[in-house]
Amino acid sequence: MSISMPPVDSSVIARRAAIVAALRGIVPGEGVIDGDDCLRPYESDGLTAYRQPPLAVVLPETTEQVAQVLAWCHRNKVKVVPRGAGTSLSGGALPLADAILLGMAKFNRILEIDYDDRLVVAQPGVTNLAVTRAVEGRGFYYAPDPSSQIACSIGGNVAENSGGVHCLKYGLTTNNVLGCELVTIEGEVLRLGGGQLEAAGMDLVGLVVGSEGLLGVVTEVTLRILPAPQTARAMLIGFADVEAAGQCVADVIAAGIIPAGMEMMDRPAIHAAEAFVGAGYPLDVEALLIVELDGTLAECDHLIGEVEVIALANGAAGVRISQNEQERIAFWAGRKAAFPAVGRLAPDYYCMDGTIPRKRLREVLERIGEYSNRFGLEVANVFHAGDGNLHPLILYDANRPGELDRAEEFGNAILRLCVEVGGVLTGEHGVGVEKRDLMPEMFTEIDLQQQQRVKCAFDPELLLNPGKVFPRLHRCAELGRMHVHGGAVPYPDLPRF
Amino acid sequence: MAAIGIPSCEHDIADAVADALRDRAKLSIAGGGSKAGIGRRVVARELPMTGLSGVIDYDPAELVLTVRPGTPLAELVSLLAAKSQFFAFDPFDHGPIFGLAAGSATIGGIVSAGVAGSGRISGGSARDHLLGFRAVSGRAEIFAAGGKVVKNVTGFDLSKLAAQSWGRLFALTELTLKVMPRPPEQVTLVLPGLTDADAVRAMSVAMGSQAEVAAAAHFPAAVRDSESATILRIHGFGPSVAARQRMLEELLAGFGRLWAARTDEACGMWESLATLAPLGAASPLWRISVRPRRAAEVAGDFSDRDSAWMFDWAGGLIWLATDADPQFVREAAARRGGHATLVRANDATGDVAPAFHPPAPGIAALEQRVRAAFDPSGVFQTGRF
Repeated sequence: MSISMPPVDSSVIARRAAIVAALRGIVPGEGVIDGDDCLRPYESDGLTAYRQPPLAVVLPETTEQVAQVLAWCHRNKVKVVPRGAGTSLSGGALPLADAILLGMAKFNRILEIDYDDRLVVAQPGVTNLAVTRAVEGRGFYYAPDPSSQIACSIGGNVAENSGGVHCLKYGLTTNNVLGCELVTIEGEVLRLGGGQLEAAGMDLVGLVVGSEGLLGVVTEVTLRILPAPQTARAMLIGFADVEAAGQCVADVIAAGIIPAGMEMMDRPAIHAAEAFVGAGYPLDVEALLIVELDGTLAECDHLIGEVEVIALANGAAGVRISQNEQERIAFWAGRKAAFPAVGRLAPDYYCMDGTIPRKRLREVLERIGEYSNRFGLEVANVFHAGDGNLHPLILYDANRPGELDRAEEFGNAILRLCVEVGGVLTGEHGVGVEKRDLMPEMFTEIDLQQQQRVKCAFDPELLLNPGKVFPRLHRCAELGRMHVHGGAVPYPDLPRF
Repeated sequence: MAAIGIPSCEHDIADAVADALRDRAKLSIAGGGSKAGIGRRVVARELPMTGLSGVIDYDPAELVLTVRPGTPLAELVSLLAAKSQFFAFDPFDHGPIFGLAAGSATIGGIVSAGVAGSGRISGGSARDHLLGFRAVSGRAEIFAAGGKVVKNVTGFDLSKLAAQSWGRLFALTELTLKVMPRPPEQVTLVLPGLTDADAVRAMSVAMGSQAEVAAAAHFPAAVRDSESATILRIHGFGPSVAARQRMLEELLAGFGRLWAARTDEACGMWESLATLAPLGAASPLWRISVRPRRAAEVAGDFSDRDSAWMFDWAGGLIWLATDADPQFVREAAARRGGHATLVRANDATGDVAPAFHPPAPGIAALEQRVRAAFDPSGVFQTGRF
């Protein structure tokens, strides 16, 4: 484990029995877990290279219990790591030895469905897919669709601002959340936003979405739902080189077309996926595009014609168009199975998540190829091509000494490259612990301090999810110091925090 | 108070903030002045942003525009149109609401005020299109947040705070916005003669259909020379627009006969939802945000109060001109879970009612702490709001 976590407070460990007893007073019965064997399932999330059993797991069932647990932890200076379904790929829910893990799995009910105003009020433990399942009978769906949607929870989606293959057209979680109920570390229950399109005052909902569990614990979420499109059709387009595939993507967008999804796979990813599911992908191409169009039948027919013309103009080696729903699903099967498919090529793989300006794609893939040689590790690339979100999958074997470290160095080099070409460290997986120490690649110390001051406005004792997002967590009092032009400190009599 | 010279770069802005901190002065960030009429009149040193103008980078294929805050909105709209793109949040100039000529609104002001027009219901708001920014905080520090690509979750999403910040957190010095392809075809369909309640139902049916309605608004008879008009905008590629028009004609048959408006007539109606001209200039103007299903109920509270209103966002936004007591307006909104912003005051409401709906105490305290995180000395807290 190459990322260091905050030093463990041994006095908290020593108080473990008393802490567990106090929490049992708030969440009775089996809602507090402290047996070592029972803690093991919670020791990591989707970033399995990092493991640490928590001090104890608390599984509250009501907002009132969440508020009391947080207030108690605040009073007693006990750290809290919130957890949804534990599918984070960035270690956002990685426990700490001296922190309780606050699991929100029992918040699993949908509280309201309003088809007239097109919204769903859900508890945070409801899975992403369950929202769509609850409304699809009436022809609606919830648009953000992270690939883990069968398991990942809405609360986790809010924490990570999750995306999915459809977010170029339909937005990330933040564009589909209207409001939430947030419990602060002090145990105060706040309602941010609501059923209307706009919250009054400051956009605190927008700030909470994507805050990776550092600002508060969400206990209820109001989501926008959309009418499901009349139809969707997919195209498989092969290219003899990556540059042409990238140009095709740019030309589609330049033609004013925003496809529902536009995915690219490179040769290793195509071969792995084809070997795994037999989706019928061409094996003689360097890049494969999957373009999905949705909307009315007339719209799909029209746009498929347009995209085909653009693809052929860019020298596409072949264009296949799904003729029915079964075929559309088959086209996607390989892409959706890309991660496990690549996982068959090596004992372990490490999934990266940078975003780049699309026009730099060829250069970035070439340099990833160079890094692959330098680090001696294979890589396969899948790419949300429409929005420039790149997922290189680095293959390694954790049982070989040094290979995990090498995979991480390789991954870090890729993310630095993303920033160097004008992109960002993470497009949809979050910073968590994984990319925490790379934050200075993208932000100055002043930028990071400014973000931390926002953290201090919610959690001045830094008890919520410590060790995530920020490479160095300043004490809030330290950040309160003013650095002012000319050396003059204004308003020396004003209180600071 | 006099302006302090025109800053032309972010370092000038940082110097101006540092000077204000030293002088214990308040700074009022000023763009084009189109929204200067919102909020209380205040005495503060003006920080003009008009010297920070111009496009830094526009890459249509990447769907990204980086621009300085003082750039006029109208200039950007033309620039995007030349590349067949647009701001999907449909921003508009507030000048005409205050009797000013259109054209002074700047992109910095648009984003800071979270301005979004009729297209907001389908295209999102300014908050959904601000990808990143640079700014000078109330500590006179230059900082950056977000990124310059369309998909990014690195660090806290401070862009959401920048949109709707009303110049109370920091001075924006650079904005990166997501732009979208401009739909080539557009049709406005009109349903005449509906009551407010039926209009909300019709708009709900339309929005919940597969016709991908881009905007939905309702003009009661009182604000028209003739019967009421409920209007729906669909846009996109020609064959798709035609198919969706037929879809809506069938779907809404029970509400009356749907007809396509002439282009000039349609433009006029949508434009009037930005100028608010049908509501007149005499009474205070309110903007009520509410769940659409409650819109007719809220409006009903004003039916015998010599008031006029229009619905946008399928009823989710009520523009209301009324001389009713501000407290009455706020309660009418709050009782239905909504909130009311006083956009244009008059002498009676001006210095009595704050522009923004007063938040719950816990929210107010949190907002205050967040403001202090950016502006601990309150240099941007002029008392305007």
